[in-house]
Amino acid sequence: MAVLVGNRVTKRFGGLEALSKIELEVEEQGIHSIIGPNGAGKTTFFNCVTGFYSPEEGEILLNGQNITGLSPDRVTHLGVSRTYQNIRLFKNMTTVENILVGMHPLLKSGLIGGILRDPRTMREEHAAVEEAKRLLQFVGLTGKGDLMAKNLPYGQQRRLEIARALASKPTLLLLDEPTAGMNPSETQEMMNFTRKLRDELGITILLIEHQMRVVMGISDLITVLDFGQKIAEGTPAEIQKNSRVIEAYLGRGAASGLGQATATA
Amino acid sequence: MLRKSSIWVEAIRSGLIGGAVALLLCLVGIVAALSQKMIISGVISMGQILVFAPIFIFAYTTARRAATKTVDTLLLGALAGLSSGAILTALIFLGQVINLRAMFVNASPDLYKLLNFGLTLGPGTLLLLGVAAITGLIGAVFHLIPARIRNTLSQAILWVALIGLLRDLIMTVSQSWGPAALLVKWMFAGSGLTLPGAIFLLALIGGITYWRYGRSKLTRVNKQSPKQKQWSRWGTLAVLALILILLPRILGVFFSDILDNVGIYILMGLGLNIVVGFAGLLDLGYVAFFAIGAYTMGVLTSPELAATPLTYWQALPFALGVAVLSGFVLGLPVLKMRGDYLAIVTLGFGEIVRLLVLSDWLRPWLGGTQGIQHIAHPVIGPLDFGSQQMLYYVILAGIVITTFIATRLKDSRLGRSWMALREDEDVAKAMGINHVTTKLLAFMSGAFFAGLGGTLFAAKLSSAYPQSFQFLVSINVVSLIIIGGMGSIPGVLVGGLVLMGLPEILREFAEYRYLVYGALLVAMMLTRPEGLVPEARRRLELHEEKELAPLEEPQPVLKNPGGRR
Repeated sequence: MAVLVGNRVTKRFGGLEALSKIELEVEEQGIHSIIGPNGAGKTTFFNCVTGFYSPEEGEILLNGQNITGLSPDRVTHLGVSRTYQNIRLFKNMTTVENILVGMHPLLKSGLIGGILRDPRTMREEHAAVEEAKRLLQFVGLTGKGDLMAKNLPYGQQRRLEIARALASKPTLLLLDEPTAGMNPSETQEMMNFTRKLRDELGITILLIEHQMRVVMGISDLITVLDFGQKIAEGTPAEIQKNSRVIEAYLGRGAASGLGQATATA
Repeated sequence: MLRKSSIWVEAIRSGLIGGAVALLLCLVGIVAALSQKMIISGVISMGQILVFAPIFIFAYTTARRAATKTVDTLLLGALAGLSSGAILTALIFLGQVINLRAMFVNASPDLYKLLNFGLTLGPGTLLLLGVAAITGLIGAVFHLIPARIRNTLSQAILWVALIGLLRDLIMTVSQSWGPAALLVKWMFAGSGLTLPGAIFLLALIGGITYWRYGRSKLTRVNKQSPKQKQWSRWGTLAVLALILILLPRILGVFFSDILDNVGIYILMGLGLNIVVGFAGLLDLGYVAFFAIGAYTMGVLTSPELAATPLTYWQALPFALGVAVLSGFVLGLPVLKMRGDYLAIVTLGFGEIVRLLVLSDWLRPWLGGTQGIQHIAHPVIGPLDFGSQQMLYYVILAGIVITTFIATRLKDSRLGRSWMALREDEDVAKAMGINHVTTKLLAFMSGAFFAGLGGTLFAAKLSSAYPQSFQFLVSINVVSLIIIGGMGSIPGVLVGGLVLMGLPEILREFAEYRYLVYGALLVAMMLTRPEGLVPEARRRLELHEEKELAPLEEPQPVLKNPGGRR
């Protein structure tokens, strides 16, 4: 069953159609990648799913429920979590606190509980901190819990962002260029980690990625966007052979040349 | 390091800036105004300190930046001092030729006499130049001496200056100290310290600082077991509580009044700290809630306005309720605003409230310019908290409760949500945080504490006038939070004492209060933007016992070195 369904999703900014009639189905426990040149509308699609933008037309279904136009916090409560292209941690909070904020939808204590610290609130807090430590261990940040997020090195910030996204126990995780700015060995690590998320936690993953090696290596299914249009969809092997994709990336002339090259190869 | 020739130019330039600062202080009149305020009686006045401190500071920075040979450094310092002196000399000569008073009211003969050390023009200016050069030279020497001595000296001098300034306060307080009062009497002259007293203090404070400098904080803490630590913590708390309880008795009526004002500002600071410090919503109209608290209390308890006047305690829930409600009302329209826009709208809100209470339209209910008189003060059984000294305890209780609530909220789920909104609103929303309720709760909590402060303010004066709720009140509260440290609760306490307490005690500065504020804010932003007592985050992952493991022992090796897998 499809976890996420995009039905003719259209988003316009003034006269510009950033997304036009995008059809997308993300299968449960799959790793689905969205690729495309800069400005293709990949992040816009993420923003539509997570409620930052409200699409002008079409609908988005999460596990069969219509989430089109819901506010970001509602969408998160329904089990969608995301990371950002440029890391957006709460920089002046500690690593553990970042994760605790991520757990927000699962916790209940409010103003009165916070002041009184009644047994129920305290139990909840202790459990939350324990869970946060477990998540830190899961992403390999054990012992860094009390550091300010801004003081972590780049790669660890990426992993903390994922840990924070995991904290709300999402069914669907959107990763926006998780390997951006990483060297080959870090990239490899991130690929393995992404697989581990799916295999161990059973989370469905929708991924925006630029590095072809990563995309081809871990995706079950790839959707290619260009100028807000879906131009192709298929398995990595199919996408590699698709002439429209090559054209979008390398230009018209190259497409024919490369097409021949792949054909001969 | 600068080039050889340019370091001399640099020294002159820096000296001229120092001189310009001194000149500015002279022309705004603060130097002349404080020339009677002695720090060390007959030796140096606050006015003179204000002239020569900038010269000293700029000579010191020149010496530090040049980092050259000893002799050169000394010469550089003297040169910088001389350049500063030249500016002041120029002022004196210019003052002889043209009448500067047409433009600068404070460029009076008194000022020139002060700068001339009371001598005639020729010898006076020579002496001024000489003293300026020597001040610069001392600045350079200050750079050359070892850090430990420098540290000791600067601390000791600052403390002596502060003690000299606080003479009146200390004299009042010490009256009840028995034998210690004699020592205090010996140390202080009619204005400021006596020379022997100053030397004694300098040696005492210097000695303590020098001794403490060698001992690192870590080693001291580690020697104590957790149990000992807990005991010493409780001990400190008990002593502090005792001092706070006895304070109004020690200080007397006049200083208790100041204490009440400081307390009310601290109360407001703690409340605004939730809005600005925790949730990052810059609220410049905070005085509105203060006014609403005070006026609600007035309307409900004053026999002039209320048909059946309530007591303070009966009216308190209503006053707080109205304040919280107004926090909600202000919060609604500004939910989508951030930063500057929010600041402007809240500023407007503060002004609207002030204009409403001032208006003729609402005069029958709120008293207009006449304000409200005969507002009730708290009474519990036989205890009447009407006097300044008694009201202090209610304010203190308010601060204790507020501090408790603010501290707990800070480390709660709600506190984390506020901070997340402050750090990145979009992401916070994506974390499932409902920004509407979270922001409204911040505004409402802030309004609650401002309202509480307002009721106490009304009770203290037993009246409420529109003039008490100027925009400046909001600015003061924001400033004390910034100076103390955004989001830091101890910072609010320190900021309140420094910003509201010191100017009240140092009445001589009252006229220049906002000049000092401005200078202080700029200096803080440049040198210590995190505030006097920066916000600290609670440690959650590691337990305290583990952190305090002595450093000599090898740290336990992480199971997963570097966190990589």
